[in-house]
Amino acid sequence: MSAETNASSERSTGTLPQGEAVRQNVAQRQRRGRVWEVVLFASTVVGIVILVMLAFNIVNDAFGGIAVQSVVEEEDLTDGRRLEDLSQPELIAILEANLRSRVLRNLERERPLAERDEGELIDIINQEIIKPEVVAIYPLSEFLFNRAAIEAELAEAFPRAELQFKSWLNWNFIVSPMSSNPTQAGIRTAILGTLFLLLLTVLIAFPLGIGAAIYLEEYNADKPFDERSPVGRWLNRTIQRAAGLIETNIYNLSGVPSIIYGILGLAIFVRALEPFTSGAIFGATEGVTANGRTILSAALTMSLLVLPVVIIASQEAIRAVPSSLRQASYGLGATKWQTVWKIVLPNALPGILTGTILAISRAIGETAPLIVIGASTFIVTDPDGLFSKFTVLPLQIYNWTSRPQEEFRAIAAAAIIVLLILLLSLNAAAIMLRNYLRSKRIST
Amino acid sequence: MTSATYDTKYAIETRNMHIYYGAFRAVKDVSFGIERNKITALIGPSGCGKSTVLRSFNRMNDLIPGARTEGEVLYHGQNLYAPDVDAVQVRREIGMVFQKPNPFPKSIYDNIAYGPRINGWKGSKAEMDELVERALRGAALWDEVKDDLKKSGLALSGGQQQRLCIARALAVEPEMILMDEPCSALDPISTLKIEELMFELRQNYTIVIVTHNMQQAARASDYTAFFLMDKDDRAGQLIEYDTTSNIFQNPKDKRTEEYISGRFG
Ligand SMILES: Nc1ncnc2c1ncn2[C@@H]1O[C@H](COP(=O)(O)OP(=O)(O)OP(=O)(O)O)[C@@H](O)[C@H]1O
Ligand SMILES: [Mg+2]
Repeated sequence: MSAETNASSERSTGTLPQGEAVRQNVAQRQRRGRVWEVVLFASTVVGIVILVMLAFNIVNDAFGGIAVQSVVEEEDLTDGRRLEDLSQPELIAILEANLRSRVLRNLERERPLAERDEGELIDIINQEIIKPEVVAIYPLSEFLFNRAAIEAELAEAFPRAELQFKSWLNWNFIVSPMSSNPTQAGIRTAILGTLFLLLLTVLIAFPLGIGAAIYLEEYNADKPFDERSPVGRWLNRTIQRAAGLIETNIYNLSGVPSIIYGILGLAIFVRALEPFTSGAIFGATEGVTANGRTILSAALTMSLLVLPVVIIASQEAIRAVPSSLRQASYGLGATKWQTVWKIVLPNALPGILTGTILAISRAIGETAPLIVIGASTFIVTDPDGLFSKFTVLPLQIYNWTSRPQEEFRAIAAAAIIVLLILLLSLNAAAIMLRNYLRSKRIST
Repeated sequence: MTSATYDTKYAIETRNMHIYYGAFRAVKDVSFGIERNKITALIGPSGCGKSTVLRSFNRMNDLIPGARTEGEVLYHGQNLYAPDVDAVQVRREIGMVFQKPNPFPKSIYDNIAYGPRINGWKGSKAEMDELVERALRGAALWDEVKDDLKKSGLALSGGQQQRLCIARALAVEPEMILMDEPCSALDPISTLKIEELMFELRQNYTIVIVTHNMQQAARASDYTAFFLMDKDDRAGQLIEYDTTSNIFQNPKDKRTEEYISGRFG
């Protein structure tokens, strides 16, 4: 070895550190490595801090305190007794004493008061006379750590108000339809719209995307027409050029801003294909009022949006199947289709599924293209078919955050939590599905 | 193939075969015949085109974009590269075992059953069980795996995997089996097992094997073809083809002698 070192230094190819210099050199390289380690750690910390801030912001708005004040206090109506303890005639007496005669007459006409039971009467008293009202709301941090200041402020502005904890995210919020009253508004319509839109998008984009990926990966090199005739040669060349053009531009397509897909969807699905997307040619009547701004149009637009990513993910998964497996299959006399269907696809499926589910879960959060194609922002009826109007969670959130009242900000935060949970469970499902398929295929 | 116009005494006969990868000619002017029910070894230094020639016998080269074969490859007197010949049918009749064992990520049973199933096999479950057993016995693997046919083919050792691949090829009952360095990834004991296996298979099949192992060629083959790359255009050519004993004991070409005595390549 030393002989070689000498030989090489004679040829003057530079020098390697020797003796004490080796130690210094190693120490210096280690120091440099530690500096980078600190840098990497710092960037991780920054990422985590940002995540925590995001979570704090949302939770801070979605939970907190509300100050409720009634127009008339319950005690004033009942001389200090509780409404639940009163008998039916006493409740009727309270109603007759406090409601205007016109309102009373209306109630009587609906159903005579004497025929109603206590529970119903208490509800009427609450709604018509006591009228609890949210007069102020406080984010969680203030509610928890600034209690004294809040109470002082309340005592001055709303002496009769009562401060209580409020989770804006609750079961009622999830199952109630949209309402212009923030304390009653829910996201049922939006959740159903999101799920329905997602399902349709998957049904459209999944087969299309995988199909295109299979063609580009497995069939692209084929020459389907007879090479010996000039027409066949020309057709083969044209097909290959088109496929090549698509292939090189898929990455560009996946980077196109989503709003541009919205504009495309508006022009094609909402306007040009209106008879189809509104269901008019199928005799559907509901979609006609939507003018083609139906959930079908939205699903088609979303499919366009996710298609490039689905294709890329599927292509990569298909490419990852070892070619030795394809050769083994061909070597046994399998046709191309048999090889694709029985060997390539089953082995690529875990990768295809994770890739596409991740792609499609991105579509859950898309808002811009849906605004462009004219999704409804205020709608109380559930989507019940391809041709119904619809709204989705991010649109609902967008709509609420753009309102001035603080209550809307709170329910927007609650809706964001629901959206995030939906997203996370979808991604978790993708990972579980992949692991399941993998374990089933390889290690039985 | 189906219409045997005239029968040659060979299983496969090439006439002036040239094989190209794009513009590069990898193999030039190969003319020789593979004897029926014999083991023929293709030997030669790396890059001389042995695999290329082997793959041309069942049109596996078609899978490589830009690969092209000129001249004739006659199988039962029929040119395999005639326009009306379907490569799928060729591969159905001429099976292949690859250098690296490549079982499917399926159970041992399904690995064997795959070939018959895709080739339109019809029969009961019991008959398939029988077919699987016959193929595994044929590849001398049955005793080692008979208790656990549900196990993944990938969970076997390298040598077992290679025999599984041979069994898989046997299951479609081909006439010929092509093997491209089937033992290069195996230990000496597995190698011997596969050589013994080839001797048994010879009764029913024609076997062509590519090998870098001179002892293996000398031990296990009846005929040997020696290929060498032309120094000028880097195309592989057939230098000498004869019975194995002649090639190894009495080579006519000086280059053959140099190669087998290890002074070359
Ligand atoms: N897929 C391919 N595309 C282009 N050229 C190839 C391809 N496969 C082989 N070649 C070329 O063809 C020539 C012969 O290759 P081949 O694989 O047949 O050699 P070989 O004799 O099998 O070598 P080895 O003993 O190393 O396996 C080589 O020059 C190689 O570079
Ligand atoms: Mg080779």
